[in-house]
Amino acid sequence: MDLGELLLECFSTLTVNKMRTGLAILGIVIGIGSVIALISLGESSQKMVENQIQSLGSNLLTVQPSGQNNGAVRGAQGGGTTLTLEDALAIRTSPTITSVKTISPELSRRTQVIVGRNNTNTQIYGVYPAYAEIRKLTLSSGVFISARDVETMSKVAVIGPQVVTDLFGDGVNPIGKMMRTGTQTLKVIGVTTAKGGSGFNNQDDMIYVPLSTAQKQLFGVSYLSSISIEAKSQDVMTQAQNEIGYFLLARHKFNDPTQADFSIMSQADIMNTASSITGTFTTLLSGIAAISLLVGGIGIMNIMLVTVTERTREIGLRKALGAKQKIVILQFLFEAIILTITGGIIGMILGILISFVLSNTMNLPFTISWPAIFLAMGVSGVIGVVFGWYPAQKASKLQPIEALRYE
Amino acid sequence: MIQLKDISKIYKTEAVETTALSHISFEIEKGEFTAIMGPSGSGKSTMMHILGALDLATSGEYILDGESVSKLSQDELADIRNRKIGFIFQAFNLLPRTTALKNVMLPMVYAGVPKEERLEKAQKYLEMVGLGNRMYHTSNQLSGGQQQRVAIARGLVMNPAILLADEPTGNIASAQAEEVMALFQKLNDEGHTIIMITHEPDIAAHAGRIIHVKDGVIIDDEINKKKKKAYYQK
Repeated sequence: MDLGELLLECFSTLTVNKMRTGLAILGIVIGIGSVIALISLGESSQKMVENQIQSLGSNLLTVQPSGQNNGAVRGAQGGGTTLTLEDALAIRTSPTITSVKTISPELSRRTQVIVGRNNTNTQIYGVYPAYAEIRKLTLSSGVFISARDVETMSKVAVIGPQVVTDLFGDGVNPIGKMMRTGTQTLKVIGVTTAKGGSGFNNQDDMIYVPLSTAQKQLFGVSYLSSISIEAKSQDVMTQAQNEIGYFLLARHKFNDPTQADFSIMSQADIMNTASSITGTFTTLLSGIAAISLLVGGIGIMNIMLVTVTERTREIGLRKALGAKQKIVILQFLFEAIILTITGGIIGMILGILISFVLSNTMNLPFTISWPAIFLAMGVSGVIGVVFGWYPAQKASKLQPIEALRYE
Repeated sequence: MIQLKDISKIYKTEAVETTALSHISFEIEKGEFTAIMGPSGSGKSTMMHILGALDLATSGEYILDGESVSKLSQDELADIRNRKIGFIFQAFNLLPRTTALKNVMLPMVYAGVPKEERLEKAQKYLEMVGLGNRMYHTSNQLSGGQQQRVAIARGLVMNPAILLADEPTGNIASAQAEEVMALFQKLNDEGHTIIMITHEPDIAAHAGRIIHVKDGVIIDDEINKKKKKAYYQK
């Protein structure tokens, strides 16, 4: 009996026992499909979280003035007035600083903003156009502050969706409308895309104006509250931090870094948070994968073992009619492999489809997790083949009449 | 041709030991037509299974065509079952949901008979047992008697030297039973050795020799004198 004959015999057995074949394939499909769908969904959510963190800007350094040292009294962090626009421009033009991509000088204050009878107390940011790039800010309508706005001290503002709701009401297009703050009137020229978030530093609850407007017209100050600096890549963060640090120390005429009147923070704390979130996700995903593999595997094992009685009799009969042990085992092994491959492919397609549909409805980025696919196919495949083959190999060792009488 | 020497078969379960056959010895010559009779539980089916190399004796020696069966490997036994022995099971033991044709072709698949020849022979034997118009029916679409006849066709299709039949007429009407017996007679005339189990004296009467078994031992071994058969008249 050659291999072709044997395969034909396998296919004939599989097609004749449609119910059994169908159930076995279903078990494998569900086992593999669920693992792939669950892990892909998990990875999509993980990616979403990473994207959100990324959107805060991971190559970001923030220079803030330190509190002034007046004798023994040290002022609050960020409360100083030592950081100026000139500092920012000098960093940008310095030939010794090579690792910096973009610089955004900022002045921020909380202030009252009024439109008609509505008012809100919110954060106003005086910014350069670079701010949008550094903070990955996108607009849902209108335009952002331009270099020309900064130059001409235009009284324009870009506002967050929360501000729109608070001042203009839901669903109102605020572009071109006026807002009042103090004695000044600002014209809305853009609305930022909602990023979600709440509480302190809610990015949706902010107003952006040209830096010059904020400094001279709104608040009458000449200092900056912070300089955001984007490094060229995450690898040169430390380099950038050192370059800027020594540059500003020299500029502010300090010899001792501990006496500096500014501080530089990297996004290291954010990245730490990110990696701890990612870590939690990885643990969660491994848990999900383990459980679904277990469930899938048991499903496959069940259907393979449920048919053992019938199959043992079949083995007895085949042996009684002259099938050699090896032939019987090979037949069952091939059947198990055919079932596993068929079920595996269907399961893979199903799993990918499910995760595609779910990530679309849940607004997650769609990812195909290849490790999940290999893991699911591998484990389910091994379970399918082992539990298809093992009882067969046991039954093939029985005397034909024992196998025929098996109950 | 067939020689049983002091054969015993003991089934062991956890607590109980059941002796199915106890020190049985007999010989069957080539071309004999033998019936084995006995009440249920007498050990006649066990004897049949050992004769058919479907089971091994606990002790004693079974010599088939000069070869000691108990010393053969599983695969050698499979080969003997395939080529030398045609077995008709009491419970038919057809492959479920499989066509009559495929069932009959199965022993030839394992013998490595070419495909065309398989089909041709299977058709021939199915026609011989009167199922020419039922070849593509699956086993569950056939009546008990028809399944019995598929089992007979399968037992004969390899043209075995020995035909073993366990209650071959147990599930069919008496008119059909006569037909089966006529078929057996014809095969016997052609030189096949036939051993069948039956509890019906009418059926046993077709055999030239009748072995009576009870409680695992042979209580009688008679030549059926009423039967007119050339072999015994020699």
